[in-house]
Amino acid sequence: MSLRLFVSCDAAALSVGADEVAQALQATAGRRGLAIEIVRNGSRGMCWLEPLIEVATPKGRIAFGPVTVADVPSLLDAVIDGKPHKLGLGPTEEIPWLKRQTRLTFARCGVTDPLSLEDYRAHGGYKGLQRALTLAPDGIIAEVMTSGLRGRGGAGFPTAIKWKTVAQAQADRKFIVCNADEGDSGTFADRMLMEGDPYLLIEGMTIAGIAVGATKGYIYCRSEYPHAIATLTKAIAIARRAGLLGDKVAFDLEVRSGAGAYVCGEETSLLESLEGRRGLVRAKPPLPAHHGLFGKPTVVNNVLSLAAIPFILNEGAKAYADFGMGRSRGTMPVQLAGNVKFGGLFETAFGITLGELVDDVGGGTFTGRPVRAVQVGGPLGAYFPRALFDTPFDYEAFAARDGLIGHGGIVVFDDTVDMAKQARFAMEFCGIESCGKCTPCRIGSTRGAETIDKIRRGEQVAANIALVEDLCGTMKLGSLCALGGFTPYPVMSALKHFREDFRPQQPRLQAAE
Amino acid sequence: MTSVYEPWEAARGAEIISEHSKVEGATLVILHALQEAFGYVPEEALPMIAAELNLSRAEIYGVFTFYHDFRAKPAGRHVLKLCRAEACQAAGGDALAARAEAKLGVSLGSTTPDERVTLEPIYCLGLCATAPSAMLDGRLIGRLDEARIDALISEAQR
Repeated sequence: MSLRLFVSCDAAALSVGADEVAQALQATAGRRGLAIEIVRNGSRGMCWLEPLIEVATPKGRIAFGPVTVADVPSLLDAVIDGKPHKLGLGPTEEIPWLKRQTRLTFARCGVTDPLSLEDYRAHGGYKGLQRALTLAPDGIIAEVMTSGLRGRGGAGFPTAIKWKTVAQAQADRKFIVCNADEGDSGTFADRMLMEGDPYLLIEGMTIAGIAVGATKGYIYCRSEYPHAIATLTKAIAIARRAGLLGDKVAFDLEVRSGAGAYVCGEETSLLESLEGRRGLVRAKPPLPAHHGLFGKPTVVNNVLSLAAIPFILNEGAKAYADFGMGRSRGTMPVQLAGNVKFGGLFETAFGITLGELVDDVGGGTFTGRPVRAVQVGGPLGAYFPRALFDTPFDYEAFAARDGLIGHGGIVVFDDTVDMAKQARFAMEFCGIESCGKCTPCRIGSTRGAETIDKIRRGEQVAANIALVEDLCGTMKLGSLCALGGFTPYPVMSALKHFREDFRPQQPRLQAAE
Repeated sequence: MTSVYEPWEAARGAEIISEHSKVEGATLVILHALQEAFGYVPEEALPMIAAELNLSRAEIYGVFTFYHDFRAKPAGRHVLKLCRAEACQAAGGDALAARAEAKLGVSLGSTTPDERVTLEPIYCLGLCATAPSAMLDGRLIGRLDEARIDALISEAQR
């Protein structure tokens, strides 16, 4: 019997040498005349352990990591002799970091071969669609409504309400658009899911199509994710051949690549881009649900929202809604990133505190220095100091503290961070990525960066801080979309919680003029 | 691995344009396809796209210039993209970017005079838990440190 090994094909694993490790395994086994089969699975999300190797045993999989090419010979020896190895982690499912999670959306990710339909079905795949087909469209929408699912892209808008609006709209064509333009730094859940369990997204979109009467779906994926695009494209072709997409089900899918514009993660800008235009934000109303892609009623949902649907349909709305707190129901795939010891994807019910996530799960910083700030929710999210670490992960709780959970990314910074520099970067990034349609964002971002520069140079510090605050108010209230509207979050939070950084930079040598 | 591109030829360009012109909202699809074939989108191609899609030349030019991905001229033989977003900043990316600029003698967003290396910023490769990260000619590299970035630079300079 051949030895079955699992080495992830996720981009994060590849970035730290998973391909090289897989090749070394194959070559070493070949030299020893050992029959092995290497499955390239998705990622378990424990990025600090990548490249992670799992070995199938009669008692379940056992894990080793992080593995380098040099470790491969000794690792194979240990596996064959049944002896311990210095990189041994024991049974994968028992690793505390994984065991603590509530994996509803990511249940299969890292377990299966992403492109194997057999694997997908063997692990509960397409059961959600089966059940959806027994319900009328109204029944599907009612189920999603009861689950309490809110848009996971950041806005937290109830998914079922969008669906209902599109379902009720009259039109010759309707669309499902998946927003896979995951541009927020610190977030990678969409990428991991598209690379690790693409059929889940396909199934979720198919159910959405049935619920609202759409026959065509687009996945708009950012070009920075070539592996995700490749996996999705292959998965769609396989699903089509299997009759799970296409004429037989009256629903088909297409992947479209973005082209490096962050603003295209905004839903109306994304629609413009899909239509082949500059990604300029549209004023709302009309809502995309009424007047969306090519002017037709369109559901625009984030990857994680659509990927939550099969579970909700299969296990029932209550099973999903039983998790969470307040109006934030279900689970959130939290992404721990930046200067964090145990970084990766941690899916958990809403309600866990920020401190638990950063300190207990994340283990603090990898530099070993104290955590000074965390940015939650991407470049448009607020910076929180330790004093706010008791904030529960919940849409309303974060909003109450002038923050947002966004797409669930947490970027950890140690005490060497210069928060005035981070605030300046927020403005600069907004300037680089602004679509230019509205003035507060287009001009405000540039003036904001310049004014923070003045503060850092020590020019009229108090007056310029007041000016930045005033500018933030204008951007927040006057911008068309979240890019200009939310850039004030990182800036204002830095000013509020880390005011001591907004002063002339450390004394420099006197310039000899 | 260096990407090998075809030299620009109008006839080949026209073929690519017409191959993709029937899809809905074809402009970005065509621009991507042209860049994949030629390594950039020659100015000459823009009016050809406009004619094929029955759009104005200004419209196509506007789309072309809006998106960071599209190049008006070929990149260097190797393209090194450094992630400059927050997660990589938190993990020491600023110093590594400065090091890369110093070693290559160019700033982010430009190509070395010998046209070997184009150094570019990228805002997030989604490798935020294995930061800092980079992409060299489509290959992903995480957990960058000084030694790894030096190795990448020498590889790109070869």
